[in-house]
Amino acid sequence: NLNEEKRNLSLGGHVGFDSLPDQLVSKSVTQGFCFNILCVGETGIGKSTLMNTLFNTMFENEEASHYQNGVYLRPRTYDLQESNVHLKLTIVDTVGFGDQINKEDSYKPIVDYIDTQFENYLQEELKIKRSLFNYHDTRIHICLYFIAPTGHSLKSLDLVTMKKLDSKVNIIPIIAKADTISKSELHKFKIKIMSELVSNGVQIYQFPTDDEAVSEINASMNAHLPFAVVGSVEEVKVGNKTVRARQYPWGVVQVENESHCDFVKLREMLIRVNMEDLREQTHARHYELYRRCKLEEMGFKDTDPDSQPFSLQETYEAKRKEFLGDLQRKEEEMRQMFVNKVKETEAELKEKERELHDKFEQLKRMHQEEKRKVEEKRRDLEEEMNTFNRKKVAAETLSLSQPLKKDKDKKK
Amino acid sequence: MDAIMLQEKLVERLLCPRVRTARQKEKQYVGFATLPNQVHRKSVKKGFDFTLMVAGESGMGKSTLVNSLFLTDLYKDRKLLNAEERINQTVEIIKHTVDIEEKGVKLKLTIVDTPGFGDAVNNNECWKPITDYIDQQFEQYFRDESGLNRKNIQDNRVHCCLYFIPPFGHGLRPVDVEFMKALHEKVNIIPLIAKADCLTPNEIKKLKDRIREEIDKFGIKVYQFPECDSDEDEEFKQLDKELKECTPFAVIGSNTVVEARGQRVRGRLYPWGIVEVENQSHCDFVKLRNMLIRSHMHDLKDVTCDVHYENYRAQCIQEMTSKLAQDNRMESPIPILPLSTPDVDTEKLIKMKDEELKRMQEMLNKMQQQMHDKEQ
Repeated sequence: NLNEEKRNLSLGGHVGFDSLPDQLVSKSVTQGFCFNILCVGETGIGKSTLMNTLFNTMFENEEASHYQNGVYLRPRTYDLQESNVHLKLTIVDTVGFGDQINKEDSYKPIVDYIDTQFENYLQEELKIKRSLFNYHDTRIHICLYFIAPTGHSLKSLDLVTMKKLDSKVNIIPIIAKADTISKSELHKFKIKIMSELVSNGVQIYQFPTDDEAVSEINASMNAHLPFAVVGSVEEVKVGNKTVRARQYPWGVVQVENESHCDFVKLREMLIRVNMEDLREQTHARHYELYRRCKLEEMGFKDTDPDSQPFSLQETYEAKRKEFLGDLQRKEEEMRQMFVNKVKETEAELKEKERELHDKFEQLKRMHQEEKRKVEEKRRDLEEEMNTFNRKKVAAETLSLSQPLKKDKDKKK
Repeated sequence: MDAIMLQEKLVERLLCPRVRTARQKEKQYVGFATLPNQVHRKSVKKGFDFTLMVAGESGMGKSTLVNSLFLTDLYKDRKLLNAEERINQTVEIIKHTVDIEEKGVKLKLTIVDTPGFGDAVNNNECWKPITDYIDQQFEQYFRDESGLNRKNIQDNRVHCCLYFIPPFGHGLRPVDVEFMKALHEKVNIIPLIAKADCLTPNEIKKLKDRIREEIDKFGIKVYQFPECDSDEDEEFKQLDKELKECTPFAVIGSNTVVEARGQRVRGRLYPWGIVEVENQSHCDFVKLRNMLIRSHMHDLKDVTCDVHYENYRAQCIQEMTSKLAQDNRMESPIPILPLSTPDVDTEKLIKMKDEELKRMQEMLNKMQQQMHDKEQ
């Protein structure tokens, strides 16, 4: 009986299965890790610079134009290595976001992209012969939403977009270019943003507090959202150190100085503490939701009317057959339609041909008639000419013997 | 010479009459050299008025800048909308009028605000309420000017529009271009780079160059400072040149006073330093203030009256005459002056039609000729 209660037994000595986590780690290090970041924010807000700052490297990037007709997503994949850990990092940029005069459809390409990555994974999962361990997972693990530092509140576009994304991806909102907001303004701004998100039911990613080791730091970080960040790849000498900073006439903003901005907090949370949790949440929550909705759409249920568990494979095969059958029928229909159309057109053409032929015949007849008439006229004319000539000759011979008849001469 | 001292000199010149003392001694003194003083006296008695429009997305610091410019608080009980409320927001026009006085000179200042501009998700034609407002003021003035009793005409025409460009992008955005193109022939536009304290000096230069390039490229006619007179001295000309090369002005505003370098100044306090609004190495606020208030306020009014308003008026009259010609009824109380010279456009049209007629006539002749030949 599998439903027997579990018993806790004590061990008589060291067995050694406490090395399991190490084995797991060793395996995953060999496999390499994969992480996908989506950056959503208006053109020029600092997405590329922040990525460069976070990963301490210069990813290639051209400055985007403000005059794109719509939003399009640009994914770029990089292979990074730190110690012996390989990371396949994909950064997806939203080009043209926020530039159009009418932004009602701006969120659509983003949602479509996220769904497509889920769909690709689902397809792989449903294959008969699949290789999930080899599969390059392109599902978005984190969406960094860049909020413009107006100091007032969210923009209407921000609210609309985050509402469309919060059920599909982990969102961490950040305040970009935060070196234009003073401390007191920042405090009010953060409170206003969070209250707007809450009152509109937008679910952002919460750093997990269920794991004892990190619950404290995660809880305190949750209270600092949204992170106010400043990015820079330029280095400035401060004291006897060289740090990444922005140099202004009135002072130097240091990226890694926690009293200047929340960059360090973001890096800590995003990369050093919760990266794995983000991947897990994406797979266990967002992807599962997508999968369930998609399969329900296709007509799958967990149990059939007799409360027997459905075999996914059986149902899938049945659906496939149905689908193929549909396709074939449609093909037949179209072929039939095509054949009919061809027949129709043929008939029409034949009719037209006949008409033309008739017309041609008629014209030919008319032409022949005309020709005949003209011939007649010609003959008449010839006869007249002949008669006239004869008369002329007659007159001439007459005039030779009668030189005084001048009138007749003149008539020629 | 210090830039500020030069600016003061400039102001002095504009206020004091230029008296040619040398010539005075030669001829007998008539006395009309006091005219400028008389103008000055009368204008102080009459008082001045100025209407300034501010436009730009929410959160660009427009209200803060206006408060900093006029050293007063016009927006005490303002209520800002939430993101949710702004999704479908329409643009409103709100006027604040204040009477301020300085050294006996009275100024009736009207600030026209445009809350909601660019804040909705769909901003198609969001500038229409603004252009309509400007046209309405022109129309009102046109009626008043053509009326019988013109003693107390109120001039509500917009003399200047400060347009706030966000500093977060790489240059002008489509909504900026469309807005300026819709308004550049109705009002003097002065584009500004808002919240310039998020840009390093290099970034500011790059952005200014880019914006000037794009303004040229899109054919936007922003307000041009009038050319210097040729008899001004070199310093003045240099100052003027610097001013023109500095556009669009990168501004910072502040509602708070902070302590910096032992003085109390308007500024913004950061953990890494203090931004002083009136420090010329921090931003162009001083240049903007001097230009807008101390040297070019009257020129802005003149250009509005002589160029934008006159364009509107001429267009209005032409539309009326063409309508009347169709209606053939004298309804309008405004006396219609006959157009002395036909419009360039109508002339072109007439020419085109003439040529068409000629061509048709030729074709007809040709056809007639052919028929005639055939007959023969």
